[in-house]
Amino acid sequence: MSDALLKLQEVGRDFDVSRPWLNRVLEGLPRQRLRAVDSVSLDVRRGETIALVGESGCGKSTVARLIVGLWQPSRGRIEFDGVEISNPATRAATSQVRRRMQMIFQDPYASLNPRWRVREVVAEPLRVLGLASDEAAIDRRVAELLRQVGLAAEDAEKYPHEFSGGQRQRISIARALSANPEFLVCDEPTSALDVSVQAQILNLMTDLQEKLGLTYLFISHNLAVVSHIADRIGVMYLGRLVEVAPAEDLFSRPQHPYTRMLLDAVPDLEMSGKQRTPVAGEVPNPLSPPSGCAFHPRCPHANDRCRMKRPASVVSGTATVACHAVQEGRI
Amino acid sequence: MTPAAALLEVKDLRVEFPTRRGTLVAVDGISFAIAPGEVLGVVGESGAGKSLTGMAVIRLLEPPGRIAGGEVRLEGERIDNLPPDQLRRIRGRRIGAIFQDPLTSLNPLYTVGEQIVQTILTHLQVSPQEARERALGLLREVGIPAPESRIDHYPHQFSGGMRQRVVIALALCAEPRLIIADEPTTALDVSIQAQIIQLLKRLAREHGTAVMLITHDMGVIAETADRVAVMYAGRIAEIGPVREVIHAPRHPYTVGLMGSIPKLGAGMGKRHMRLAQIEGAMPRLNAIPPGCSFNPRCPRRMERCMRERPALVTAGTNQTACWLYE
Repeated sequence: MSDALLKLQEVGRDFDVSRPWLNRVLEGLPRQRLRAVDSVSLDVRRGETIALVGESGCGKSTVARLIVGLWQPSRGRIEFDGVEISNPATRAATSQVRRRMQMIFQDPYASLNPRWRVREVVAEPLRVLGLASDEAAIDRRVAELLRQVGLAAEDAEKYPHEFSGGQRQRISIARALSANPEFLVCDEPTSALDVSVQAQILNLMTDLQEKLGLTYLFISHNLAVVSHIADRIGVMYLGRLVEVAPAEDLFSRPQHPYTRMLLDAVPDLEMSGKQRTPVAGEVPNPLSPPSGCAFHPRCPHANDRCRMKRPASVVSGTATVACHAVQEGRI
Repeated sequence: MTPAAALLEVKDLRVEFPTRRGTLVAVDGISFAIAPGEVLGVVGESGAGKSLTGMAVIRLLEPPGRIAGGEVRLEGERIDNLPPDQLRRIRGRRIGAIFQDPLTSLNPLYTVGEQIVQTILTHLQVSPQEARERALGLLREVGIPAPESRIDHYPHQFSGGMRQRVVIALALCAEPRLIIADEPTTALDVSIQAQIIQLLKRLAREHGTAVMLITHDMGVIAETADRVAVMYAGRIAEIGPVREVIHAPRHPYTVGLMGSIPKLGAGMGKRHMRLAQIEGAMPRLNAIPPGCSFNPRCPRRMERCMRERPALVTAGTNQTACWLYE
């Protein structure tokens, strides 16, 4: 697809979670690898907001970190605007491309250096990337960025502890915007905030997207937030992408049994009297994922094929779904 | 509700933190009651004083926090001025508590069975065999599969959702009349959340237990609570039947709060619809404005709101602390 800004092809990432060498030798334990992300393929189109949802430990934050290059993928390929950025050998050559993406982290208390004034926090990307010629230009740019995110230019002289959680998240957004990125990876940017503050930040992100033409990858576990902000949604389970669909279709016609389960489990604020269907079971241990389809132990539609063979992602209507039951028309 | 019917009655409760720079009032004269079998939701943003209210009821406030005024009555009996040894007989026996993080509420050095049996033996006159039978029954009741083998496991061998069930079993083991549940589902994934909520609801219904459910999650309240109290800056802004508070909020803060919650599917098709937002943030405890504490953020502020503090008045089915309904 030509309008894809970011392309993930069969991206995977393993972590070595083996016990220390001496324990392995003495206790005869094998090496253990945790497959955090497993064959994730995804296109992010220019100007859209794509969201990744899933429960804790499903690998959604790992995908975010692989994209911005905080981690290297173990397998697969990531392209940004047609340039491969996942190969460490060409890291220097791709720095021009990678600076066009920035990241916003979940915890605004941990992601700002408490010893730096806000001015330094926001100016750092400008200095590192050489985007401002002199101090006066940096000052002007910092003031402009702070106003853009709803803070005052005078706030530049304060320290992070003088701000509330919501204001700190605004500072993080100002820092991310300082390098003029096209693409923002937002890892649970509002989940540490209260709802009224969350609304302010979500509105700000929507406004900035319209004004600056940004593309967002939005990671969240909150389906209601995602339904509000996303154009397309990818659902992850145990490191795999099980369904990708336009937001409207995902909520009105969820296909994968796991997506249906997630939607059923959302608290019903409208109080329509609909009972939440509690799902039996919990997410299996990712160290020993189930055979075949990873969801089969909790799936009401699982059969022998689901237990044996891993389903491939196949286009079904407007969505891409990895489920044997959907492909066979059983559900 | 008549006071006689209330299982828990809190009147004019005030919690203070004396500091070098003056006294901070974290809970400022709040009153509410919970009937047997009723689930009262207490909702509010961080710093609204909802957890402190729960902690004050079971007197687990961390010093220097202290109850500076008001009354707490459990089944008609005052418990806010009891000496510590009498209070200990109430905690665990007549009031059970469930906290947010199940890992810190369990002792990692004892099996879950030992912890439950010990608690039962402390509060009830039963033999160790009976206590173990009871513990097994409780684990079964909260939905732990194969309790016969799980009872001798340590807390770290349980997953988050299972651990929270153990904590609930522990809170239930002396059949308390009141359960204070402080963010019981916040640390859990949505699919597990639904299981825990149904469990709490069923317990309130079947055992006639009163539940004080403290959470910031309006969705959880909507599903679980019969009535809800909305707290803001240490005071109750609005209290009423859950359906009314959600669908017809009276207080401008509740209106703003409800509007700012993203609703599933509401933004669908209307790409990038804005959420209603409340400007600003909740005041810090040392800077609570005079009059109505919400007045600097209130879109319907009047002159009076900046001078006089509104009391809870009846507005339809709800009670709300707002001059608009005077």
